[in-house]
Order: sequence, then structure tokens, then C-alpha cells
Amino acid sequence: MRKLALLAGTIFIGLAHGASAETALKMWYHGAGNEVESKLINQIVADFNASQDDWSVSLESFPQGAYNDSVVAAALAGNLPDILDVDGPVMPNWAWAGYLQPLPIDESVIADFLPGPKGYWDGKLYSVGLWDAAVALVTRKSILEKYGIRTPTLDKPWTGAEFNEILAKLKASGDFEYPLDLGMAWTGEWYPYAFSPLLQSFGGDIVDRDTYASADGKLNGDAALAFGEWWQSLFKDGMTPGTSQDPADRDNGFNEGKYAIAWNGNWAATGMLKVYGDDLLFLPAPDFGSGPKIGAASWQFGVSSASKHPDGAAAFIEFALQDKYLAAFSDGIGLIPATPTAAAMTENYKEGGPLAVFFDLSKAQAVLRPVTPGYVVQAKVFEKAMADIANGADVADTLDAAVDEIDSDIEKNQGYGHQS
Amino acid sequence: MASRLTTSNRAGWGFAIPGFALIAIFIVLPFFFAFGLSLTDQRLVSPNPTRYVGLDNYRELLDVTVITLEPQRDEAGELIRDEDGNLEYPKVRDITRSDDYPQYSGMREWFRWQSGQNAKVVIASDVVFMKALVNTLVFVMVVAPVQAGLALVLALLINQRIRGINIFRTIYFMPVVVSIVVVSLLWRFIYSGNDGLLNNLLDALTFGAWQPIDWLGNPSTALGSIMAMSIWQAVGFHMVIWLSGLQTISPTLYEAATIEGASGWQTFRYVTWPGLRNTAVLILIVITMQAFAVFAQINVMTSGGPLDSTQTLVFQAVVRGYGKQDISGGATISVILFLLVLSISLLQRWLTRDRR
Repeated sequence: MRKLALLAGTIFIGLAHGASAETALKMWYHGAGNEVESKLINQIVADFNASQDDWSVSLESFPQGAYNDSVVAAALAGNLPDILDVDGPVMPNWAWAGYLQPLPIDESVIADFLPGPKGYWDGKLYSVGLWDAAVALVTRKSILEKYGIRTPTLDKPWTGAEFNEILAKLKASGDFEYPLDLGMAWTGEWYPYAFSPLLQSFGGDIVDRDTYASADGKLNGDAALAFGEWWQSLFKDGMTPGTSQDPADRDNGFNEGKYAIAWNGNWAATGMLKVYGDDLLFLPAPDFGSGPKIGAASWQFGVSSASKHPDGAAAFIEFALQDKYLAAFSDGIGLIPATPTAAAMTENYKEGGPLAVFFDLSKAQAVLRPVTPGYVVQAKVFEKAMADIANGADVADTLDAAVDEIDSDIEKNQGYGHQS
Repeated sequence: MASRLTTSNRAGWGFAIPGFALIAIFIVLPFFFAFGLSLTDQRLVSPNPTRYVGLDNYRELLDVTVITLEPQRDEAGELIRDEDGNLEYPKVRDITRSDDYPQYSGMREWFRWQSGQNAKVVIASDVVFMKALVNTLVFVMVVAPVQAGLALVLALLINQRIRGINIFRTIYFMPVVVSIVVVSLLWRFIYSGNDGLLNNLLDALTFGAWQPIDWLGNPSTALGSIMAMSIWQAVGFHMVIWLSGLQTISPTLYEAATIEGASGWQTFRYVTWPGLRNTAVLILIVITMQAFAVFAQINVMTSGGPLDSTQTLVFQAVVRGYGKQDISGGATISVILFLLVLSISLLQRWLTRDRR
């Protein structure tokens, strides 16, 4: 049935473009609705089509909220396009399910890339991104000076104990609604992306990365329990707004002075710079014992398994990886360019640029989310556990339940293809 | 057996067949698919072949046991008490995660009660599902009678010949026309804990004595808040059905009651209510079925939280089937929900049957 649909698709494409010598390639992208982003990606496609005569890429954009569902539906119906873009942590799921094929590009092209934008699964490269995203503790110089707080550096970040003292001090001052804003209003992927690195800094993890066969001992071990207790205390002691935070407060609370420190991504940085300018500080994550960590990987490009022309698709992706496009995306929508040379070409990330610190953070602290097809489910389980603990659920019981759910899911999927 | 359905009724069948076909394709067939899937380990995204697993999915959802915990004693055999004088019990976690009790592995405490010195703990293999089941039943048991009753009161109020009554009909009916998603979004602002409309209103009414409540963020008020909104949103629809029932009652009956000197209550009790019998049965069954399917409000307003206080069956079916890529798990919940609604509807039908 799938073959038949594929055949039908091929015939259709063949009929539509039979006259020209160029081979048509279809590409899907998640950025519909974002004008700047659409313009950038259309520019790359136009440049690529003009640069050679073998391939002609046509782009179809989807709204981000509906993108993953569309790809899954297309895969079930056998209608995948040639080039897909895929969120980094979801890539192993799609590769394992057979939606993607290994990316046939020369790996020397991406030698200089940050680790985040390179999507490896099962030892093979499946996807490459033009950018990465990073998270930092955002605060103001004037706040640190006023309360006599040490400015942490990449080499000497705040320790966990130091961080707790700072929060307590800021809380006691009574000058802020909350000393810290974690962004609990951003439900969804933000939770595992932003909060699992904190768990890792305690020494735990969402799943055991040696085997990817179980979360037992990682998500409910001593380190994870310590993390859970600390996590719950943040909410119990009124250090940070809880799950019912108003999304508008998340977006503007720090800029309005309601929060002293915000745990936020580089994409929000430009708005904050407009408000605070030089007073703004981007600080590395605290070190809770196992080093400071932040999440890595954003949207990336890959070649679908349905593509008859992986060489053409790869040629397009390689074309898109030029520094000038990396820099254009960064300037357009504030993302971290994937290479140092591209970073030097941008407004915000060049040496001394206002966001350059994010490039260093990404290089020094970034940890990929678990590279496993099961991550899609594990992220949901982790999100619920974080919300429940924040709302006062018993830490050990909640983490146990999360472990049970993750383990039973891995078992139902026969290990998700990891060799053990 | 020749009946009016089968003989010389081509036109009737002709009109019915498009409807039957649509129902068969989009409701009956998917139900059989769901039943079939619930017996397998089908995933949304997976290269693994689908396997038949029998009733495993049902067992995983419905497994419930009671265990008895004895209070802990110190070496002298004395009962250990904490500062408040409460008995201390071993942690359920130590039992469900111990190799000594493999039959309880993967289970979690649902609730407990005290029986003498011992604690009886109900453990379930899927506590979230159990909470969703209870929440859904509570939702139905509150929403069905309150919504039906309120709709009847509104229908009686607007079933009068007064100038401008249509304005009231329109106002009461308006929320039905607005999408439930939009209504839910608006009510999120109304319920907001910081400066929501409801808290402000109560604050003004009590001259500032009111302590603001985070209606959707508090486990004890979240479900009630969603119920109140749901009742308000759909009450107009049922009001219209009641109204149509009221208008089928012959005015001569009311005239006769007036001549006999019946009071307002007597007129309602002996004329109006018996005349609304069939309408009442219809409304009860329709509200019950709609209430069991509660989803959009939960999805928009709380996502099942806080602490699972607003989990419902349909929401869980979607979360599992699509969010967690567990199509068979979602299908299993759908089948259980179907059986539940079917049996309750049959029961209602039997309770409200004509006793002649």
C-alpha cells in the first residue's frame, strides 16, 4: 500500500515536472507564520535553485504546532517529502521509525560546528542544524551590585549552595514578587529542555544513557531525589512562580522588574536587551555538583527515507550550511549560529556582541537531551513529574512513577533499537 | 416478517442511507478498529511489528489491589509515633519496588484509609487513569443534574409572552454558539489567580476581605471551576430543548388548571412536569453522554493538572494515543469509556421507562 502511494507520488511529480531537465525535490519546514523566518528559508531555496541546474527545491511551510503531526501522518500515508526539518531531540524517533535516512554529506563540512546542531543516531549522521539555542540565568548588574552578589563566570559558576543563598537573600529583600522565574508557564518541550540539565547537574538524568534501557536509579536515584527535594523547595518557599504562572508574566515579568533572575533562552534576549541594555547579564547555569549544564539542539535538516534523490537533498542541505545563511538566520531571529566563523559575521554573536556569551555557554555547557527514540515519551513523563513535584506531590513517589512509566514504555517498544 | 420498515419504503431508506453510511464509516467502523487495537501493542510511530497482547492493556489500566500496612514498632515492640502522635507506617514504595513482592511491582498508592491500627492502602497500576475515571464520574454526576435543572428554570422563565423576551433567549443561548475553546480561554482569564475577574468581583463584594484564590492552580478548586464553566457554557442548548418541550403542552391544560384553582407549584407538578417526561429523558441522556466526553476545557485550561485533579478519560486517551505515541493505550481507554457510557445510558433508559 505504501509502495503504491509512493509510486503514485512519483508519477505525479514526474508528470508535473517532466518537461524540465531539473529533478524536483520537495521540502517541508516548520516555520509558517513567522515572516522573517519564511523570508530567510525562501531566500536559501531560491539561491540554491539558481546556483545549479540539476535540482529544483520547492518549499512547503507548516505552522510549528501542526508540523510533527503532519510528518507522522504523511509517513503513515507514504507521502513524505525529500527534505524534512526535524527538532533535534525528536530526530532519533523519526530515524528509528524509518522516516529519515542517513545524511550523505561530507562530514568535513560540519567539522567546526557546535555539538548541538549535529544530529547523530546509531553512529550515523541524520540531521544538521544551522543554529543552536541556549539557556542562561538572566539578571541585571545593578541587582548583583545592590545585594552584594558575586558575578559568576564560566570557569567559576555559582555553586548550588551559593545559588540557594542568593535566592533567599533576594527573597528576604522583598523587592521582587519572586527572586527567580523558571518559566513554568511554558508547558511542553521547555520543561525537559530547560529543567533536565538542572537534574543532570545534580548527577541524575532522565534515562540511563549507557544502555537507554531503563531510567531506574537515574531518575529516582539519590541524586535525582536531592534534585526533586530542591525543586519542590523552590515552589514551597515562594522562590519562583508555579505551574499556574500567567504566560504574560513569563514574557514580561522580568522586564517589568517582578523577577530578579530569569532562566531563559537566547531567543528572548533581544527583547530584554531593549529594556535593560548594558545593565543586562547572561550568567552560566549553577553547578549543583556534576558541573553546570544547559540543553542543546534545535531544529535541523534531514533527508526523508522516501526520497529517491538523497544526493540532491544532501546537496541542498550542504548549500544551506554556508556561513552567510547561518549568520542571516542568527541576525533574523536571534539564534546562535552553528560555527565560530558565522558567529563572527553576526550582529549579536560576534566577539564583544551582546549575546556572544550564549555561543560560549553553548560550547562549554551544552548537553544533548537523551539521544533515543524513546525521548519523545520520556519528555512527556518528565514534564508531568516536574509539574507534579512543583505542585507538592511526594518527590520519591512521583519520580518512581515516572521511572515505571518510562521503563514500561521502553519495554513495550522492545528497547527502541538500542543494542544492549 | 413484513413491517412498515421493509415494505414499500424505498424513499425512507433512501433518505436514511447517507446518514447510516456516514455513521458506519466514521463511528461504528472506528469503534471496531479501536477495539481491535486495544488488544495489540500498536504504536503511533514504530518500526516494530504489531503484536497481539490479549487483555494486557486492560489489565494495566484496571489492576487494583488493597494492601494492609501494619504500624511500625521499635525494638521493644512499642508503636512508633511521630511528633503529632500519629502512627508511622512503612512506605508503600518499599513494598511496590521490592523484589519480595513481584505481584505489586509497578503499582502506586491511590488512596488509603485507617482500619483500627492498620492502614489499608489501595494501590493501582495506573493511578492517573483511576483519577481520570473518578474525575469523569464526578463531572457527570454534578453536571448532568445541575445543567438540566438550570436549563429547565431558564426555559420556564423565558416561556412567557413578555415584550423583549427574545433578547433573554439570545443572551442565554449565546455561549452555545461560541466555540468551547474560545470560552475556555476567556474563562482562564476570569479564573486567574493574580487579578482575574472572579477574584476582583469577590473582592469588591466582600469589601476587600476576600483572599484571592488561584482557581485553576489549586487541586481542590480546579475541577469545580471547570464544571461551573461547562454548565454555564452548554446550559442554553438544553434550555432550548426544554422550551420546545414546554411549547408542546396544550394551553387548554393550563386553562383547566386555572379554572380548577391550582397553585403555580401544582400546575408545574401535575401539568408541566408530566408533559415534559420525554424531553427530560432525552436531555438527561444527551447531557450524560456529552459530559463523559469532556476534553476541550481540560486541554485548554489545565492539561489535567494540578496534581491530576482535572484528568479525564478522553483527555488521557488523547495524551496517551498522540502525546505518548501509545495508540493501543488510548484505544483501550476509549473502549472502556464506550462501555461505561453505554451501560449508564441503558440504565437511565431502564429507570425512566414507561411503567404501564
